[in-house]
Amino acid sequence: MKRTFARITSRMSKYIALSPMALTVIVAYVGAALWTLRISLTSSRTFPSGGYIGLAQYQRLFDNERWMLSLHNLALYGVLFIVACLAIGFLLAVFIDQRVRGEGVLRTVFLYPYAMSFVATGLVWQWLLTPGDGIDGALRAWGWHGLQLDWIVRQDMVMYTIVIATVWQASGLVMALMLAGLRGIDPDIWKAARLDGIPAWRVYAQVVLPMLWPTIATVLLLLSTAVVKLYDAVVAMTQGGPGTASEVPTKFIMDHLFLRSNVGLASAGAVVLLVPVLALLAPYAYARHRKEAT
Amino acid sequence: MTPPIIDHAAPPALPLQMPLRPAAARKRGRRLTPARIGIYAFLFTAALFFLLPLYVMIVTSLKPMEEIRAGGIFALPHAATFEPWRQAWSGVCTGAACEGIRGGFWNSVLITVPSTVITILVGAVNGYALSFWRARGANLLFGVLLIGAFVPVQVMIYPLVRVMALAGIYGSLPAIVLVHVIFGMPVMTLLFRNYYAGVPQELFQAARIDGGGFWRIFLQVMLPMSLPIIVVAGIMQVTGVWNDYILGLVFAGRDHLPMTVELNNVIMTTTGTRQYNVNMAATILTALLPLALYFVSGRWFVRGIAAGAVKG
Repeated sequence: MKRTFARITSRMSKYIALSPMALTVIVAYVGAALWTLRISLTSSRTFPSGGYIGLAQYQRLFDNERWMLSLHNLALYGVLFIVACLAIGFLLAVFIDQRVRGEGVLRTVFLYPYAMSFVATGLVWQWLLTPGDGIDGALRAWGWHGLQLDWIVRQDMVMYTIVIATVWQASGLVMALMLAGLRGIDPDIWKAARLDGIPAWRVYAQVVLPMLWPTIATVLLLLSTAVVKLYDAVVAMTQGGPGTASEVPTKFIMDHLFLRSNVGLASAGAVVLLVPVLALLAPYAYARHRKEAT
Repeated sequence: MTPPIIDHAAPPALPLQMPLRPAAARKRGRRLTPARIGIYAFLFTAALFFLLPLYVMIVTSLKPMEEIRAGGIFALPHAATFEPWRQAWSGVCTGAACEGIRGGFWNSVLITVPSTVITILVGAVNGYALSFWRARGANLLFGVLLIGAFVPVQVMIYPLVRVMALAGIYGSLPAIVLVHVIFGMPVMTLLFRNYYAGVPQELFQAARIDGGGFWRIFLQVMLPMSLPIIVVAGIMQVTGVWNDYILGLVFAGRDHLPMTVELNNVIMTTTGTRQYNVNMAATILTALLPLALYFVSGRWFVRGIAAGAVKG
């Protein structure tokens, strides 16, 4: 009798214990996302309203010049940020892996920016790139008059400054993950390559890089979701300016939610942002599901 | 300048370039060949690029404004002064008030402590339940929870604001803590689930046979052996909450704005000439806690990233 009682309370306990997670998933994640979807189909302005207008908000969204510019900026940023982070992270990991002295110090130096917030990162780089007083002024003082480092106030160059700042912040993370991947590769491969007289760079390019695929896939997922989430760094560095030259979708959504009282349009934008994230996650979810099934 | 053959900084089990003939290898290792010089030159240059912003931040924060204008951004301070630091901490204007960013610092502490403790506890219970107890639908919930970690908060933010406004807690300390618990849960749960996956099932079975229930096994068996992962989780969650900007901006309310939001206000509300030295001192002050945590905890920090990222 006592045993069955204990069994029942135990069974209850696990569901009680998991209830915060269930509430979070059902209410705060799925529920909130569905509500956003619902609002995006209405003509809501300051408050959610019931006026169902179908996909009109999406039409408005894609007719909106600022939104289209935001998407364009994000695409440009995303490609450059991911390529630069992967290239720099991989190179740093390979070079550190050549049994160099001071490996611990180097790793610390390359990874510390990752401990800083995007806000702090953005503000430091804003100061470094300030025309006149920043690096620009130092270059001129050293006699390089031809080069003008005024990218942050130029509409055609400002996105590159955000790339530089965020690559500085995130490429150390790529280095750390890649280095862990390199250290997991069987040393016998290097022995075999030596025996066959294959130069080290070819081993890296043709053998090691393909073997690092799982690490690269993880890094790609982390970097691409970071791209979609890009917000703090832009707000701190340029506030979307000069003009609207560095606007990004997350900022468009936040501005329309809290400053411009256009909740319907903002929600449509949020749903559009959700699509690439789910598309990116689908192959991972599938691989995970198959791994667990076997 | 003769580099030793075995680098003691690297784990000895993992030398990647295995030498074929020891004699030749010794020669290779001792001499600074052009290739070795190239490797060091690349790493040294890269290190300079990574350290440059930190250096500029520190020297700028120690210079009077005239010196910044006259001497260039890279020059060391002639007459180092801590006045900008004092200004940043207790004098600079953040929006309407001019009391420095110390208020933001204490707000961030008030937000970070409960957000970290509660999220770790929930994450530990989740991980424990997922690893040892079969609960219906738990794995599906966990899968959706993990997906939630990758979704931009803009997708959920407005409904959350409305719900909290209805509950009467929008713009308060409980609201911002709750939101941090919600968005910190995926990674914390993942960390603990992976950690408990390494605990032998026999240990759990033995505790069950001894009559331990759900909570007793958790509190008396699992929690005491979870110290390493609690440290890792603590570092990650403190860093994440402290560095957050967008959630604090939306949910904390005017009286509890975290330090990152106050910092941004400092720099945006400056009128007249920009006080670069005060701005940089404020930036350092805001970044100080996560940076200190990183420099002190080093390997634990990296382990947290690896555990949270790779095994997902």
